[in-house]
Amino acid sequence: MYDIMIVGGGPAGLSAAITARQHGKDVVVITNDVTQSGLYKAEIIANYPGLPGISGKELSDKLTKHAADSGALLLKGQVSSMLAYEGAVNAAFGTEMLESKTAILATGVVQTSLLPGEEKFLGRGVSYCATCDGMLFRGRQVCAVCLTPEAEAEAAYLESIGCAVTRVYEKNLSINGEDKIESITAGGSEILCEGVFIFRRAIAPNLLLRGLEIKDGHIDTGRNCETTVPGVFAAGDCAGKPYQIAKAAGEGQVAALSAVDHIAKMEV
Amino acid sequence: MSIQHLTVGNFDETISKGKVLVDFWADWCGPCKMVAPVIEELAAKYDGSVVVAKVDVDSEGALAGRYRVEGIPTVILFSDGVEARRFVGVQPKEIYESAL
Repeated sequence: MYDIMIVGGGPAGLSAAITARQHGKDVVVITNDVTQSGLYKAEIIANYPGLPGISGKELSDKLTKHAADSGALLLKGQVSSMLAYEGAVNAAFGTEMLESKTAILATGVVQTSLLPGEEKFLGRGVSYCATCDGMLFRGRQVCAVCLTPEAEAEAAYLESIGCAVTRVYEKNLSINGEDKIESITAGGSEILCEGVFIFRRAIAPNLLLRGLEIKDGHIDTGRNCETTVPGVFAAGDCAGKPYQIAKAAGEGQVAALSAVDHIAKMEV
Repeated sequence: MSIQHLTVGNFDETISKGKVLVDFWADWCGPCKMVAPVIEELAAKYDGSVVVAKVDVDSEGALAGRYRVEGIPTVILFSDGVEARRFVGVQPKEIYESAL
């Protein structure tokens, strides 16, 4: 079991990892491919204190190296769901379950508005996880909504297990059907299907973890980065504006210290 | 009573009487592994009043198909053989418990 599981490998998550390691905690960071992040692609960062003019790539690389050198375990991939249970916060990572005493959500800006029909059919034909639910659609027509570079591999996986896959690259679409999915409408045309796999950079936090409150499009947090779920903290863009690297790094540190405190109280 | 593992051969008879909570799961499913200890706890806590069972959708695809299970974990509460509640995806313990 880890002490602190950090979801997101941007400035907030990596800053949290560095601080947590300074306190001797076992830390795992689950991250998308950072080379696809907004930070990585930024040509120049003008306002990060002490490092004027640094490129996004350079800052991202330095942060990643700092966290890795500090002893945090970095895992590339996506968490598909989380659950707080019996003083632990667990996460589904591919076919595995990661167990941790606490979690810090640092997913960056996440689209909290869903596609028409998405929530209605979630788990009833809409899925975010090809390895979890793909087998249930063998031999059937599904749409793979590919909104990340990694999505291609997910869509290929669905094909490899025998799903008939139509790839969709459209962001604006609707999922249609009465009591089951019948089709999607994307780019003005209708595609018949029974299942819809949506691959985004991140899953809406309140769908990732039931019980997490959202306020004005961000995870509802207090001054200590605590969320409405005990043992779960949030930092960076997912916790609110301004979307700035210095703020994210600062919040990552606060969240890590709060997680360290939480663990100390658990162990009393 | 411990958790029963149902197949197409004993499913109908098992769910026919009283409250039966059935967890549709599979080995390849990470989220199912998170729900498993919750289901075990409910089985122990409600021993005698609720039958708690599991269906492996990999080996029992016909049952998954019959109940239109299209995402796992799906947990269905049957009351005298009739579906009374359905929980799709990972849910906190209190949510499952609210139906029992």
